[in-house]
Amino acid sequence: MALSPDLVAVLLSAKLATLSTALLLLLGTPLAWWLARGRSALRTVVGAVVTLPLVLPPAVLGFYLLVLLGPEGPLGRLTQALGLGLLPFTFSGLVVASVVYSMPFVVQPLQQAFQAMGRQPLEAAATLRASPWDAFFSVALPLARPGYITAAVLGFAHTVGEFGVVLMMGGNIPGKTQVLSMAIYNHVEALEYAHAHWLAGGMLGFSFLVLLLLYSRGWGRLA
Amino acid sequence: MSIEATFSLHYPGFALNVQLQLPARGVTALFGPSGCGKTTLLRCMAGLIRAPEGRLLVQGQFWQDGQRFVPVHQRSLGYVFQDAALFAHLNVRRNLQYGLARLAAAERRVDFDTVVQLLGLGALLERLPATLSGGERQRVSIGRALLGSPRLLLMDEPLAALDAARKQEILPYLEQLHDTLEIPVIYVSHASDEVARLADHLVLLREGSVLASGPLTETLARIELPLDLGEDAGVVLQAVVAERDSRWHLARVAFEGGSLWVRDGGHALGQRVRVRILARDISIALKKAVGTSVQNILPATLEHIAADSHPAQALLRLRAGPSPLLARLTQRAVADLALVPGSAVWLQIKAVALIG
Repeated sequence: MALSPDLVAVLLSAKLATLSTALLLLLGTPLAWWLARGRSALRTVVGAVVTLPLVLPPAVLGFYLLVLLGPEGPLGRLTQALGLGLLPFTFSGLVVASVVYSMPFVVQPLQQAFQAMGRQPLEAAATLRASPWDAFFSVALPLARPGYITAAVLGFAHTVGEFGVVLMMGGNIPGKTQVLSMAIYNHVEALEYAHAHWLAGGMLGFSFLVLLLLYSRGWGRLA
Repeated sequence: MSIEATFSLHYPGFALNVQLQLPARGVTALFGPSGCGKTTLLRCMAGLIRAPEGRLLVQGQFWQDGQRFVPVHQRSLGYVFQDAALFAHLNVRRNLQYGLARLAAAERRVDFDTVVQLLGLGALLERLPATLSGGERQRVSIGRALLGSPRLLLMDEPLAALDAARKQEILPYLEQLHDTLEIPVIYVSHASDEVARLADHLVLLREGSVLASGPLTETLARIELPLDLGEDAGVVLQAVVAERDSRWHLARVAFEGGSLWVRDGGHALGQRVRVRILARDISIALKKAVGTSVQNILPATLEHIAADSHPAQALLRLRAGPSPLLARLTQRAVADLALVPGSAVWLQIKAVALIG
């Protein structure tokens, strides 16, 4: 039995957000650690670059990603040379775009968590014979847990809600890149307001629940 | 066996230049005012700061020498931070076990239950650090450091963040450690009462340099140095309880060079105690006074006269037998009595504090 197109879009959004969040936490951790602890003068520059998606219009970001990853772009040539093909208008392309787009929402809470704990817990761990890796996993990660929860929730919610970047990078291919926000857009275009209400209302409820969860546990304060 | 430490470090507005040879047993106090570099020196010894020029030899092992620098986690040390630095996400038991778990079984010389008992931690084991008082946290922190079976225990003002009552709660534990464990301790402090109670060896630091380093009693008596201890100028003597007078609730404690009557602190005969005598509590007479309320009068020889911080006053070092004592007099009194090094005098000691 074929699933309804709306359900396909919802599932695709969930898959995209889950995958992106996992990648974001994986990439965001070393980045946030370096931004919080590093001594390099490059930190301010990198910090600003990571934060850019926060202020850029999604269409601008999507446009540049499309150009960079397109057949004539440097990254596009690279992915082709590596045998990965072209990323725009594929699900993988959406994942890459989402990771870039949502990065500040993950890096900032992590960076704050690492900064807030200070150096002392790690120094204490070192005096108790924990190697730097050991100290990171046994002390820094558990102490940064609230930061991780905030980062994961924000990264996930933000990816589910994105529209502009998806439109530019992924287009609107049903079952492939047609995510929830695209489906809502299509329904509105077709004047199918009842369908749009179901999806939009669901998103509203979802977003509200996410924030309720954050605030109720005292994680609502962000950068 | 000893501890040899040489460090040279330059920050804008501060330089550390020390060369020290310290005993590898007992408590060594690094003492000096805020900003003199005592914590920096301790962190260099731990390896938490990598001094560009440094050499550290601990009981026959080089921890730093030339290009060689043993990372902190490979050094057999314990470190007690000023504010305990317990791991907030672990309960007391798991905090205590953190270092222990990272130690090969063959290297475990300190027993978990012994430490728990010694520091009175039994009732706290399942609690989280956030629910502990400042004094309890510091006891856990000391226990955690001890359970790493360190060759060297470094303590950075462990009592400074505590109020007077909490301090009194911890000091007996520290004294007990001093008496039962054979781990050398380097103890940073700016409180002379802690130093008087705990230290065996004293290192005086000023502006990143070593002013003096030596056994506690002799070093405290070095009035030729600009120690400027103010009202805390005085000596600490090692003594033994020699007699107890139950009628007057007094005890006689004997030190090398004499004995003193003190309030009976409930110590057993023969027990070793420390007595602290402040310079301001000693006056000097040329003849043995009669008809005085002062109970402790000792013959002594004047050894050295030094200027005090106020021009009206002088600090005098005297010897009762081999033991040094300090007295603070006015310069006029020194002139009136015609005191010179070598003078035989009588010390009238108004107050003696028994400090454990």
